[in-house]
Amino acid sequence: MGGGQKRIDAQHARGKLTARERIEVLLDADSFEEIDIYVEHRCIDFGMEQTRIPGDGVVIGSGTINGRTVYLFAKDFTVFGGSLSEAHAAKIVKLQEMALKNRAPIIGLFDAGGARIQEGVAALGGYGEVFQRNVLASGVIPQISVIMGPCAGGDVYSPAMTDFIFMVRDTSYMFVTGPDVVKTVTAEIVTAEELGGASVHTTKSSVADGSFENDVEALLQVRRLIDFLPINNTAELPEILNHTNPDLLDHGLDTLIPDNPNKPYDMKELILKTVDEGDFFEIQERHARNIIVGFGRVEGRTVGLVANQPMVLAGVLDIDASRKAARFVRFCDCFNIPIITFVDVPGFLPGTAQEYGGLIKHGAKLLFAYAEATVPKITVITRKAYGGAYDVMASKHLRGDFNYAWPSAEIAVMGAKGAVEILYRDELGDPAKIAARTEEYKRRFANPFVAAERGYIDDVIKPHSTRNRIARALRMLRTKQLTNPWKKHDNIPL
Amino acid sequence: MFKKILIANRGEIACRVIKTARKMGIATVAVYSDADRDAVHVEMADEAILIGPPPAAQSYLLPEKIIAACLETGAEAVHPGYGFLSERASFPTLLKQNGIVFIGPNSRAIEAMGDKIESKKFANAARVTTVPGFLGVIESPDHAVQLANEIGYPVMIKASAGGGGKGMRIAWNDVECREGFQLSKNEAAASFGDDRVFVEKFIVDPRHIEIQVLGDKHGNVIYLGERECSIQRRNQKVIEEAPSPLLDEATRRKMGEQAVALAKAVDYDSAGTVEFVADQNKNFYFLEMNTRLQVEHPVTELVTGIDLVEQMIRVAAGEPLSLKQSEVTLTGWAVESRIYAEDPLRSFLPSIGRLVRYRPPEEGSDGDITVRNDTGVVEGSEISMYYDPMIAKLVTHAPTRLEAIDAQADALDAFVIDGIQHNIPFLTALHQHPRWREARLSTGFIKEEFPDGFHPLTPAPEDRRILALVALAVEILRRDRLDNLPGRLRPHNGVLREDWVVRLEGEYIHIKVPSGFVGVPVEFSAILDGESVETTVSSRWFPGDLLWVGEIGETPVTVQVRPVLNGVELRYRGATTIAKVLMPKTAALDALMPIKAPPDMSKYLLCPMPGQIVSIDVVDGEDVKAGQTLAVVEAMKMQNVLRAERDCKVKACRAKAGDSLAVDAVIIEFE
Repeated sequence: MGGGQKRIDAQHARGKLTARERIEVLLDADSFEEIDIYVEHRCIDFGMEQTRIPGDGVVIGSGTINGRTVYLFAKDFTVFGGSLSEAHAAKIVKLQEMALKNRAPIIGLFDAGGARIQEGVAALGGYGEVFQRNVLASGVIPQISVIMGPCAGGDVYSPAMTDFIFMVRDTSYMFVTGPDVVKTVTAEIVTAEELGGASVHTTKSSVADGSFENDVEALLQVRRLIDFLPINNTAELPEILNHTNPDLLDHGLDTLIPDNPNKPYDMKELILKTVDEGDFFEIQERHARNIIVGFGRVEGRTVGLVANQPMVLAGVLDIDASRKAARFVRFCDCFNIPIITFVDVPGFLPGTAQEYGGLIKHGAKLLFAYAEATVPKITVITRKAYGGAYDVMASKHLRGDFNYAWPSAEIAVMGAKGAVEILYRDELGDPAKIAARTEEYKRRFANPFVAAERGYIDDVIKPHSTRNRIARALRMLRTKQLTNPWKKHDNIPL
Repeated sequence: MFKKILIANRGEIACRVIKTARKMGIATVAVYSDADRDAVHVEMADEAILIGPPPAAQSYLLPEKIIAACLETGAEAVHPGYGFLSERASFPTLLKQNGIVFIGPNSRAIEAMGDKIESKKFANAARVTTVPGFLGVIESPDHAVQLANEIGYPVMIKASAGGGGKGMRIAWNDVECREGFQLSKNEAAASFGDDRVFVEKFIVDPRHIEIQVLGDKHGNVIYLGERECSIQRRNQKVIEEAPSPLLDEATRRKMGEQAVALAKAVDYDSAGTVEFVADQNKNFYFLEMNTRLQVEHPVTELVTGIDLVEQMIRVAAGEPLSLKQSEVTLTGWAVESRIYAEDPLRSFLPSIGRLVRYRPPEEGSDGDITVRNDTGVVEGSEISMYYDPMIAKLVTHAPTRLEAIDAQADALDAFVIDGIQHNIPFLTALHQHPRWREARLSTGFIKEEFPDGFHPLTPAPEDRRILALVALAVEILRRDRLDNLPGRLRPHNGVLREDWVVRLEGEYIHIKVPSGFVGVPVEFSAILDGESVETTVSSRWFPGDLLWVGEIGETPVTVQVRPVLNGVELRYRGATTIAKVLMPKTAALDALMPIKAPPDMSKYLLCPMPGQIVSIDVVDGEDVKAGQTLAVVEAMKMQNVLRAERDCKVKACRAKAGDSLAVDAVIIEFE
């Protein structure tokens, strides 16, 4: 099997599993239906005709994860370093087409050395065919990529167009051009790990959605993610038996919001106490930590959660946070996963770095994503909802289905202090007057009732009943039907 | 009887007093600081009055605020709890001037017992045994030897002005006595500029035993047995029990009668505690008298069946004691563990913050076993830096000492606290400690048995077996639910998988499951690797429940279960471990995975507790010497100086003064 025992041992010595071993971990026992095991490359250049190995560096087929179909391809580093030949690409394309036709998720396990140089343009053509099918499948079936070794050059763009990328720490890296080329072109000396390791892509670049300690941990987590997802864009939401008492009130949440409005609190506690059993699959945990996104279940059914995190940068919206959340919201909308949004946002992050970086357009992505989403949308404002960020965060005006606020919510153009400093500029010299004005502004706007009077907030709810109210709303929204006007596709500000 | 009383305290003791008052039909008034707006005692009381900002000196310690609150609400009497104003002699007088009754002893008694010398004089007068010694100034080495021989070796020579162990010497014979006298004198002169020293009996392996007394305003005083509080950490009691395993009936009576004599000598008219130090031969010596309700009073309540707070209220209202000495009986054994917000793995540094989860074990009686949990917090409460970091007092009562200790261990297993660090693992370790179980106690117990602090426990081999089966039970249920996902290619065949592997503490444990029923409740039989008999596992646990309560074989087991990546974190008997349940093939591949060394954090100065940076005392690129101050972190109002462990060079300061840091956040990076 594969490239022989010697190469398999070498793979193990690197702390990696072989393609077939990975499949063993990922799929249900004995469920793998491999195809195209006899495919070989047809290259006759550079002595390639001497070595032909059945399968040609990629293992493809279908199987089940907890009984549900998935298609998968796993690059086999032990065969030609997993490099992509025309035949290798054709196998992947074949599998992509099967997955799309049969409407089931596709998972790619990457551990490969890029294009097979000996094949020249035939390999490049192969990449193009794969990319095209990635795009056609996007939004129809979930596509997941796991980077478990090198992934460079042409290999990176197929994962880049899938829904989620996971990496294995220390043994995987991803980049368009490697350290050698970087050195030649820019004289920059950098290691593969520094250039494209899991830590870079999960924190800085946001290319990867998560990283795991080793192959087994990563593959078991892919199983867990698949359990959350519908198998295609018209399939039912997966539902599992839920044992949590639906009437349970969580009184501990009543003290989640600190008395001091500037004191942070951990929004993750609210998420973990809202979802079933505290089971939350976080996406991009280490990137733009001022916003939290991920999957959970409420009453056994999958939901997507988006929440500002007051612990990091006061939960402000910046470029990274907007992009992170926008992509997640669009994924949920593609696959009919209801979105729960917890809001505590002081606004958009000011400054030249943000404005030069195009905060206007990046912020607009999140606004756009929420506005176009037709899935059930439930929003709970826990504390601040200031300025334009209030509108962005799944407000009523963006077709929010149920918009709730805790009594501690403050929905206003800005905080009382800032507002008074603008409104009463001429009284700034008199601290007593300013204090009185601030108090007045707070009384008027630092509460959810002004918004509730206008119907922008459907109800002011007690923190302890949050899970209950969300669960009830979700039950009501199961039959929601909403369609956007016909269009070829929209033109989100990319 | 009073119609309304005010409780001039907070936390568990305020709640404790309110409970009794409510039982007696007395209305209650709570007082609170800004930090305690959402506190449980405020919620529980019939009325609550805000008395100031968080620092106790500006709120709970101000008699005038308490009196104003009484006058405002019409409270007729004040229960001071412990700490705060409870032993301030002027407080009862002030109350009296305002026509308010103090639920505690009279001012004179507080005053007399509050003064170390005064209280010794009263003790001597009441023929209470005190530590033999000579309080006058020692003239010469010969004088010291003569005194030492009168007292009997070993003796301790101490600086009169001393403290903190300076100028203190223990002598076991004349030679050491002469030497010690000189050394002590020199050190005293150098340290305190005062070379006077005195000598007293040194008690080897002392034990802390205290007598609960109860007096009324009619001259009656009785004693309610003793408590032993020898398990202390830095003079802070950790575990208390009643009765003391050291005492026999005769000694108990002798101590009790002396305590009563002392109480009578000061016209003691409330609940109070006479503290003794005892040696291993049951010789005991008076230490001091605490003129208040003690923290550890519940153990006495459980063995005597007497509600001490009720008695305090009744005698304060002028009722004569309804109990005679002969009616006081001690039944069974009670043990109390103090649960503190402190991190036992980081030299017991305080750990403040939000109680994200707080689920104490169920209170009440089950057969012979009674569990009581005195607490002033609920889930969502904040352990603030302003007050004592005690979260709860877990008390168990059983017919015998060992049963009460076992009940503690069981109750601690079921005690769920998340959000802050706490000493439950340490308490559990103590309750399993053979020396504690055998009652070979002394106040040096913790120092002797945990000389270099507390280290995380790993599960005992027998416990590993239990934990592997619990992990398996959890996983079987999880899998079963997923086996029923809609959209399956075909329904699951319903057959329980037979082969499993549990990875626990780096070990792969193969388990066969020949038969069973999966669901809630779950019940299956399992055969562990290398065992020939089946073990039955059963539980009513359901996914999401933090406590796995069930039976492994014949053993009832309570394990705390928290989900972690691809597995569960299990807490049992003070040990925390992670278990992952794998298919056999996956387990074989898992064994191929490299074991990665944890990142080298020795190059970083990490924040040892959640807190605020007061100062960073070095700059980037600075060469620092071992012992040099690097930074100061404030937590729970305590400034913690972080010093360099070795010579090194600062690469970069990652935090600045004023930053609020989480535990383990990087403060400084070294080269």
